[in-house]
Amino acid sequence: MTGILSLITYAPLVGVLGIMILRFFGKAEDPKTVETSKWIALVTTLATLALSILLVVRFDPNEAGFQFVEELPWFAGITYRMGVDGISVLFVLLTAFLMPLCIAASWRSIEHRVLDYMIAFLILETLVIGVFCALDLILFYIFFEFGLVPMFLIIGIWGGARRVYAAFKFFLYTLLGSVLMLAAILAMIGIAGTSSIPELMTYRFEEGLQTWLWLAFFASFAVKMPMWPVHTWLPDAHVEAPTAGSVILAGILLKMGGYGFMRFSLPMFPEASELFAPLVFALSVVAVIYTSLVAFRQTDIKKLIAYSSVAHMGFVTMGIFSGNAQGEQGAIFQMISHGVISGALFLCVGVVYDRMHTREIAFYGGLVNRMPWYAAVFMLFTMGNVGLPGTSGFVGEILTMTGTYQASTWTALLAATGVILSAVYALTLYRRVIFGELANPKLAAITDLEWREVVIFAPLIVSTLYLGVFPNSVFNLTEASVDQLVTAYRAATGG
Amino acid sequence: MTFSADLGLAYPELVLAGGALLLLVFGAYAPRATTALAAAAIVTLLAAAVAAATAPFGRAFSGGLISDQASTFAKVAIYVASAVAIPLGQRWFERRGVRNFEFPVLILLAALGMGMMASAGDLISLYVGVELHSLALYVLAAMHRDDAKASEAGLKYFVLGALSSGLLLYGASLIYGFAGSTLFEDIAVAARGGANTGLLFGLVFLICGLAFKVSAAPFHMWTPDVYEGAPTPIVAFFAAAPKLAAMVLFGRVLAEGFAGAIPQWQQVLVAIGLISVFVGAFAGLAQKNLKRLWAYSSIANIGYAVLGMAAGTGEGMQAMLTFMVLYMIDVTGFFACLAALSRSSRSMETIEDMAGLRREQPGLALAMTAFSLSALGLPPFSGFWAKVFVFKAAINADLGWAAVAGLVGSVVAAFYYLRLIKVMWFDTAEGATDKPPFEARFIAIALALFSFPLVLGALIWIYPEAGEAARAFGLA
Repeated sequence: MTGILSLITYAPLVGVLGIMILRFFGKAEDPKTVETSKWIALVTTLATLALSILLVVRFDPNEAGFQFVEELPWFAGITYRMGVDGISVLFVLLTAFLMPLCIAASWRSIEHRVLDYMIAFLILETLVIGVFCALDLILFYIFFEFGLVPMFLIIGIWGGARRVYAAFKFFLYTLLGSVLMLAAILAMIGIAGTSSIPELMTYRFEEGLQTWLWLAFFASFAVKMPMWPVHTWLPDAHVEAPTAGSVILAGILLKMGGYGFMRFSLPMFPEASELFAPLVFALSVVAVIYTSLVAFRQTDIKKLIAYSSVAHMGFVTMGIFSGNAQGEQGAIFQMISHGVISGALFLCVGVVYDRMHTREIAFYGGLVNRMPWYAAVFMLFTMGNVGLPGTSGFVGEILTMTGTYQASTWTALLAATGVILSAVYALTLYRRVIFGELANPKLAAITDLEWREVVIFAPLIVSTLYLGVFPNSVFNLTEASVDQLVTAYRAATGG
Repeated sequence: MTFSADLGLAYPELVLAGGALLLLVFGAYAPRATTALAAAAIVTLLAAAVAAATAPFGRAFSGGLISDQASTFAKVAIYVASAVAIPLGQRWFERRGVRNFEFPVLILLAALGMGMMASAGDLISLYVGVELHSLALYVLAAMHRDDAKASEAGLKYFVLGALSSGLLLYGASLIYGFAGSTLFEDIAVAARGGANTGLLFGLVFLICGLAFKVSAAPFHMWTPDVYEGAPTPIVAFFAAAPKLAAMVLFGRVLAEGFAGAIPQWQQVLVAIGLISVFVGAFAGLAQKNLKRLWAYSSIANIGYAVLGMAAGTGEGMQAMLTFMVLYMIDVTGFFACLAALSRSSRSMETIEDMAGLRREQPGLALAMTAFSLSALGLPPFSGFWAKVFVFKAAINADLGWAAVAGLVGSVVAAFYYLRLIKVMWFDTAEGATDKPPFEARFIAIALALFSFPLVLGALIWIYPEAGEAARAFGLA
């Protein structure tokens, strides 16, 4: 099975090549060409999904280390090295799972420059999967950083009214974070003499240096996550991005931050992680409470969900830096679950936005009268967002809080208020959009979900419920790697 | 060594000098045969590149001319880059009705001077090399005689270049006076364990003069004006190869002549490097003309190369050489794009001119995007690798803070590269562009392909070669 990771990573590029050939021979605006390009993108992403499912099936859950490792020496001591362990394998699957849905969700809503759009999405998929598979610092950085470019184009070309501003803000914010990480990466390579991630995970950096390296990585991942107070790029980027762009942003790109903390900060700088854990806890609590309150006051549906993402990511950072198995397991689960639920919520917004071209909460109201199926679907994901038992949202929140409780009682206590606050804003949003009388005459002709949308939502509904009822399907895969991570962390910090 | 053995080390120079003189005579009798002249000049340059690649190593003319891995590495790159400039410029001048047969000859003379800079082993050949290439460049900048801006650029270049030559010469004379020799080897003996005040004074003047040539801040003032005024393909030429030649010379003087005074010149170079990075980043924000913008971009990028050299280690020199070769490709490629583009026979030079370029010229728009992202240092483009090596060297030499400052500077500069990309990809077109000339378009796209993905393979070869070259400088 060696080589399957590269295959999954670069499979979307085959689609890119296909669309480029198509563009070279046909006219870019020809409806037939456009239609073909959509199918090429869909088939490619589905093939990638099939390969990822194969990867997860073949993945040995009892093995804690990296599997399917590929190694090829490159230049200047850099090695092309790929591999997955229990922490990363699910993110590969999550990415491959959301991508076909994004393509399908853009089927009608993207009307101009469709070929470019599909190319940008396929390249993005390659880069995101690459981030989760890369086992060399430089290789990781390449995938991590170049992901900014397709996202910049997606927001900037197909976004809303203030798209240029949002695209620049997104790019420059995240770039500033990542260049600091690059400096740290180069310093680590210089000191440890290797850029291999598995080797660096066992290398002990001197304690004073760890502090600096930790801060540099933190700068990058905290922006990506995003954590309060560097979260301000997210609402702008979300609101202006097209629906599928928001799904990818919330569903996958944010997870790179959490993944980075677990892959780099915790195992490579354990002393510094312990030292800074109170800071992370404080920022997480602020994120949970403050952004929940901010979300409550939003008038734009997308912005509300964007702020709720920041709040949910607060649970993730909290869980990661609790340094125990529940916290880590919960953080991974919360990220997967949030990937599905927030993606679905943005798709729900997309459904009404495609019909009415506005995201103002006040514009809507009483949709249940015209769109009963939509109301039911929206209800399910709202409940998932709130963390209702039985949905996947519940498992992540309860586990991260249990984990954090052992590390810091106050943090867990304060964060628990976030559960209530999330119910407040999410249910209020639901009531204002769905319930009540159909007051706005423009909504009279609005239609319920069409079959294409049902097909998109079906897998999301299934996975939300499945993960909520059988969370062990995730834990079985992650357990061995998480235990190894926690044991190493405990040993290093003497806890 | 006998005179004939000395000549054996100077084959590339002999080929170029002989070729330039022959072509000059030929041109004087057949001034209309510009295409044949250009072709002959390209052949001469490629022959010189082969001669350089196969040259035996050693020192000739009592140490004045060095042939080693570093000179070989630099010469091959310089000659090839010069050869690329000829077809680019030839067609551009033809389209504007300028038929100067001197153009390829001047490129040959400039290449000869640059080769001498890369091979200089004492202060005399240093100065001769610098002057020979500069004089050729002054004329090239003013080649488009009917264009007032080009004439202005040529004059400005000349006056400020003469000033820098004066600084260089003054520094050289001080060093000669205090070291008692013009040979780098002898200067190294005098500077062992730190340069004395007189030597240091001379060194600072020498550094200022060379900083002028590579357009590092605060000696960068001429760059934006000259880049803006000079014909675009000429800018493509003198923004690339001469910078490499001057940086190699810079590195050799410091490493071979002043290896004992590393802490002394290190602080000067760190200052120059960081000032360049920030001047390039902030001043670039205000530019509307793309040629001026890339002048500032090149100031910032030279700042990074200088930072690599400031490490004062073999690794730093290796990083600097790799950086310069990769940067040459970016900058030549970008100006080739500009040279290829026009709208109703009017050059497209402002950022706004590029609006909607992706529709008119998708290939060139992609190429310009690649060059911009590369100059910004985004992976996996060539510029990223260049910066990685430089910063790694700086961090390993305990200049971590300078590396972080440099990286933050690159985020500032990111804004103007992104603005160009935004205009090309987000905005709508204003009008049709002319069909781009084949040569410029071909060169631009070939170089863009090098910038990514070919660089990923090419570095396997370039990086160790640069390492060999850096070892020839003799730093640890």
